[in-house]
Amino acid sequence: MDVNTRVRALEYLIAHKAVAGVVETVPTYSALLVYYDPSIVGYDALCGQLATLAEQATTTAMPPAREVQLPCCYEGELGPDLEAAAQRLTLSVDELVRLHAGAEYLVYFIGFTPGLPYMTGAPERLTIARLDSPRVKVPAGSVAIGGIQCCIYPVESPGGFWLLGRTPVRLYDPDAAAPILLKPGDRVRFRRIERREYDDIAARVAAGRFQPVIR
Amino acid sequence: MSGPPVEMIRVLDPGPLTTVQDAGRGGQMRYGIPPSGPVDRRSFVLANRLVGNPDGAAALEFTLIGPRLRAEKPCIIAVTGADAPVTVDDAAAPAWTTLTLAAGDVVKIGAARAGVRGYVAVAGGIDVPPVLGSRATYLRGRMGGVQGRALARDDGLPLGAAATATAPRRRAVPLDARPQWGGEPVLRVVLGPQAERFTEDGIAAFLGSSYQLLPQSDRMGTRLNGARITHARGHDIISDGIALGTVQVPGDGQPIVMLVDRQSTGGYTKIATVCSFDIARIGQAKPGQRLRFTAVDVAAAHRLLEESDAALAGVELQEIA
Repeated sequence: MDVNTRVRALEYLIAHKAVAGVVETVPTYSALLVYYDPSIVGYDALCGQLATLAEQATTTAMPPAREVQLPCCYEGELGPDLEAAAQRLTLSVDELVRLHAGAEYLVYFIGFTPGLPYMTGAPERLTIARLDSPRVKVPAGSVAIGGIQCCIYPVESPGGFWLLGRTPVRLYDPDAAAPILLKPGDRVRFRRIERREYDDIAARVAAGRFQPVIR
Repeated sequence: MSGPPVEMIRVLDPGPLTTVQDAGRGGQMRYGIPPSGPVDRRSFVLANRLVGNPDGAAALEFTLIGPRLRAEKPCIIAVTGADAPVTVDDAAAPAWTTLTLAAGDVVKIGAARAGVRGYVAVAGGIDVPPVLGSRATYLRGRMGGVQGRALARDDGLPLGAAATATAPRRRAVPLDARPQWGGEPVLRVVLGPQAERFTEDGIAAFLGSSYQLLPQSDRMGTRLNGARITHARGHDIISDGIALGTVQVPGDGQPIVMLVDRQSTGGYTKIATVCSFDIARIGQAKPGQRLRFTAVDVAAAHRLLEESDAALAGVELQEIA
């Protein structure tokens, strides 16, 4: 079992067993941050309990992952680094898009900005050093690769990944009842769409009439 | 706080940065959403107690200069935190004290003489809609508070129903329970979780010299400048979680103390964590002010936290005739 699966399994066990005193948990790639209330549980006692659960985590079956399908347009201004990335990877633009859109991604944690998924699953062929100089402003919805990772920027923010395309779906909507779309452990697939469909879905998203396919 | 909004406060001048904050938004850091809430929790709680609110009721946090507010209906308020002059209809009024406003009264809070963040609590609490269980404003995420933003001129603030139908007694926080800002605060830290990534000299610099607070500090984090904290090997780690008070040290060797609006994860080495009971002291330090760090172990930190919580619970408000 890989380290991130163990991290998520440990987080699941802590929640499932309702470990006394634990206030909040934050999974990352290879670590789990546990916030606790020391007036309820002491440091040594909690560490003992967590060590036991961490052992169990190696064999824990977690609930089945959700599969989320996100439309993504890999065209023109929506994928400003597409050509440069293809050149760097010695691929044609079409091959790059086919490889990127053909893979299944695992959300191994959410961080940096609200709802931003860090994902693995891109074919090795797409491994690419981050941009030499990060962009100051990456548009919300940008789908990007860097290192072995793929991420989607939920809000406009700085960013050092290569922007391949954009999804019209909102990953963070502070006005929605559930503001965050993706969760750690989700499986994500991109559906390649053309600009016309991107604009159409973007309009439906703005009107609150679009829900991505989640299984 | 339930029931329809019953009273109104009008914002005549918001000051440079005034937001609605409550006890904070729990359980959302795994989705990248920080807790927010007051930087100086103790002053925030005392403001609420002065107006008869529960400790975590939504109140205003101002920054360096306070707001000018008009009571549209009679209401009860209190100002705490940074030491700033308070006037009601141009007459000096005491901070750390329950104030009774009549409809039309204008309360003005001036520039902080000491400290940075002040609190204005109103009986009933500020009744903006809760988002994910909290009214706290998270500015970068445009979430909570008044439409996810800082207060603006002409905003009307709805109030919740006050906890008691009768006005709370006029009370004051005793002088010896009011904090003193300024000087060179010594912040207690627990070393780790990546202290081993620094050289002995680096740790000695961190614990042995003073650091000056830089103006590029906000609710997300406090940037400091001082003796370089040298890394033993590399300043980048595989990103992991960032706690309240985490002291990150990027490649330039200068510490950044993470506060209530911090990002949930980060990839810089973390030399230490400032104890939660000392967060207010860093949050109330002005740009240019110097700070020092001293290490305590986990057991001592927990004992000090217990003492600090007991001291806050034990503050006896003085009745005023």
